[in-house]
Amino acid sequence: MSKNVLTLSNVTMQFGGVVAVNNLSLEVNEGEIVSLIGPNGAGKTTVFNVITGVYEATNGSIELNGQTLLSNYPKGKMKKLYAGENKGLYTKTVVKTPDQITKLGVARTFQNIRLFKSQTVFENVLVARHLRRTSNLFTATFKLNYKEEAKMRSETLELLRIVGLEDVKDEAATSLPYGKQRRLEIARALATEPDLLLLDEPAAGMNPQETDDLTAFIHDIRDKFKLTILLIEHHMNLVMDISDRIYAIDFGKLIASGTPDEIQANQKVIDAYLGVTEDE
Amino acid sequence: MNWITQNLPYIFAGISVGGQYALIAIGYTMVYGILRLINFAHGDIFMVAGVIMVYASATMPMYVSIPLVILTTVVIGVMIEKVAYKPLRSAPRMSIMISAIGVSYLLQNLALYITGGLSQRYPTIPAISKTVTFLGTTTKVVTLVTPVLTILLVTMLVLLIKYTKIGIAMRAVSKDFETSQLMGIRINSVISMTFLIGSFLAAVGSFLYFTNYTGVTPTAGAMPGLKAFVAAVFGGIGSIPGAVVGAFIIGICENIIKGVGWTTFSDAFTFALLIIILVFKPTGLFGEKSTDKV
Amino acid sequence: MLEKSKKKINLTVSTILIILLLFGLYLMELFLSPSNMIFIVLQKGVIYALVAVSMNLLNGFTGLFSLGQAGFMLIGAYTYAIFTIPNEARTAVYQYFGGGLIKFNLPVTISIILAGVMAAVFAFLIGLPVLRLKSDYLAIATLGFAEIIRAIFQWNALGPITNGSNLLRKFPSLDSTGFSKWIQKITCDIFGKTGNVTGATIYAFIASGICIAIIVLLINSTYGRAFKAIRDDEIAAEAMGINLAKHKQIAFCISSFFAGISGALLAMYQTTIQASAFKSAMTYEILLVVVIGGIGSITGSCISSFLFIAASEWWLRFLDAEKYVGGVKVPFLRSGFRKVVFSIIIMAIVLFYRQGIMGTRELTPAGVWNWFKKTFIKSAPKKSKEA
Repeated sequence: MSKNVLTLSNVTMQFGGVVAVNNLSLEVNEGEIVSLIGPNGAGKTTVFNVITGVYEATNGSIELNGQTLLSNYPKGKMKKLYAGENKGLYTKTVVKTPDQITKLGVARTFQNIRLFKSQTVFENVLVARHLRRTSNLFTATFKLNYKEEAKMRSETLELLRIVGLEDVKDEAATSLPYGKQRRLEIARALATEPDLLLLDEPAAGMNPQETDDLTAFIHDIRDKFKLTILLIEHHMNLVMDISDRIYAIDFGKLIASGTPDEIQANQKVIDAYLGVTEDE
Repeated sequence: MNWITQNLPYIFAGISVGGQYALIAIGYTMVYGILRLINFAHGDIFMVAGVIMVYASATMPMYVSIPLVILTTVVIGVMIEKVAYKPLRSAPRMSIMISAIGVSYLLQNLALYITGGLSQRYPTIPAISKTVTFLGTTTKVVTLVTPVLTILLVTMLVLLIKYTKIGIAMRAVSKDFETSQLMGIRINSVISMTFLIGSFLAAVGSFLYFTNYTGVTPTAGAMPGLKAFVAAVFGGIGSIPGAVVGAFIIGICENIIKGVGWTTFSDAFTFALLIIILVFKPTGLFGEKSTDKV
Repeated sequence: MLEKSKKKINLTVSTILIILLLFGLYLMELFLSPSNMIFIVLQKGVIYALVAVSMNLLNGFTGLFSLGQAGFMLIGAYTYAIFTIPNEARTAVYQYFGGGLIKFNLPVTISIILAGVMAAVFAFLIGLPVLRLKSDYLAIATLGFAEIIRAIFQWNALGPITNGSNLLRKFPSLDSTGFSKWIQKITCDIFGKTGNVTGATIYAFIASGICIAIIVLLINSTYGRAFKAIRDDEIAAEAMGINLAKHKQIAFCISSFFAGISGALLAMYQTTIQASAFKSAMTYEILLVVVIGGIGSITGSCISSFLFIAASEWWLRFLDAEKYVGGVKVPFLRSGFRKVVFSIIIMAIVLFYRQGIMGTRELTPAGVWNWFKKTFIKSAPKKSKEA
């Protein structure tokens, strides 16, 4: 059995009185492509934000390769307000910031593309190499790190070649068509040398042809960079095609998990998407 | 008890200055609530009201010059928005703030040109400049009038915002600029109204404030302006009662510090307070929290 | 390869230009009257260029809207003055404070660097609480800190060190450094007399030039790219593993360091300093210089500093003087009119010409050459001015 890369245990995220993610446990194993699905507003992106440290989960723990990214329990105002489960289970507090989590090997893309707008395609990827630098402020300013700098640049170029953006490397990032912007976001995430890649709706706004390309592309980078991938997606064709396993959530709670076939046949998932007709 | 009697003049002065800051602070807090803009020029509008008063009262009787000052100040305030802020409404936040700083610079230089850089003697407004004895302390009438007038004007403003059509529109715009525009609220008139109210209160504040001082200088608005802004932040920017409470607290603290003999630090105190609030409770006393969406 | 050759051209041409510039300055000092307006414009202009560039590093490249520049300049100016006033002059300068507390001197260069270090140390302490704040709150908090710094330096209890609210003077100015003695000696050796040469302008150019060069190097390094990433999108930058707090702190301290140095240079230029001059109006002026030059353009800031100083100290001076044409007084012209015209021009730029002179582009020799080729030699391939 392959090893666990990411483990979420009993993660609850509560904003004021709203429980956005409720007692969610899931795991992603090395080399897998796992999808997180659910209707709009189910809390999928919140799960990503909790994993990457943008939000501090109210309760629960998250581990990456055996290392704790987060462990938290309801404190302060939340002591009284807390409406989730497993209140007393965690007693330790570990909170890592987003940049620390990225350094430990989690990279992500965003649902509403967040590229560095004023910079070129090349610079967008190059800046993501910053966190693996060995130079310090002094050596970097006075160009004493020229070897590392040259290496950063050649690696960036190589990465752009792999994702097929080499020919547009000097163009402004925001001038690219939508599909290429998504690709650039993935390239930028790859430049941080992640073990785990989180893709937030990578196929949003793509036509069927582009979606097929994307499926191949995701498989491709998984093999090339030895990645583990967790993705959020609404295109069910893509999800069913690509996923080794699927987790389905609704109203922040896990409603089903399993292989694509199992999920397709699951009544709860169907209800969540299509709605349940009451009374009859 | 002895301490209180000794410091009573300072406390009185504090309440009075607090009321004057409150009148300016409302202009800041309302504009920020609607445009998310620190109107750096607001303190200078307050100063301009002072300068106009100097010139108006020199040639006209009080009962003409006071309304005239209020009218011109309001016109200037609304004009500034139309000329300097409106064209930048869709520009990045930094641009519009820079424009505000530019307007402040312009108003100060204009005042410098007109007054010749000399401190201009502020006229005596008979009704509020008289000296009276109150609770064993001698003070000017303005000290007693300010808090009363402030509370009165603020109450009227709160009622206006709560019950009138334009008030409801203002609240809607401050909640969500784009949506209220889509709902058919005439955003331009709401914004003009905001600047109108802000400038009106600043003009009233200037009568009360400058009566306590001998003269008006081109930079006279900068410090009270900044302090009023701090008051607005302290009370929770966007909240009118918050701004008033904040202004009174700042006015009183500042004068007590002067009373203790630390005059050099009475300005610095305000900013120290600002930084403490921003660090520990950025939303102020009555402000609402807003978060970025990822 | 094209990239490399372009860089080489830039480097060579820049070096030649710098040498020519310094030589030109020397000739000017040699032949022009020392009271010529050009020297004021050049000296003050280059000092403003440094502080504008340092502000641009923060506001333009890191996206931190800070208004504390005058405060850090004040720290720099005072640090420099306090450590360089000659011992024999201290009794006169600190006449109300028994000759002051500090009884020793440091060399000029070391004092200038120390001025930067002190400003950076203050910036570090201030940055701890305020850098977490968002745009306009950061602006007002830094403005507030600058005011607090000013109050502290004017505080009578610190008089033995800061001279309270009195002037500090008699410290070495731009024309009385070791460098000016050296250049006078050389001039004397060549021409047999020193003439008007003081080296003041050259000194200001070299000191500011080195500082600006370091800032440019920083901006082009991997750290500079991280700053720009933070400016463009904080959340994405953090997701790329950039530690926001640390990088903002770095940018803030470095910007303040150079603001401190420019403060020291300004003290040398003015020959006397007083805390009350470092008001928020000064920060606003520097901000306007940055805006006119283009937020995010180093060369823009430099160009606009010289224009700003030249316009305010020289070209628009006539507006301040009353003038009669054929016995009739020209309307409006009198003291203060210059500043009004000036602020109207600035407002016009802010409103109608928001990109400033350069936008976010930079002026480089290769860029100018390309532009030249594009404009005058029609067949050349179309190339952007950017380099």
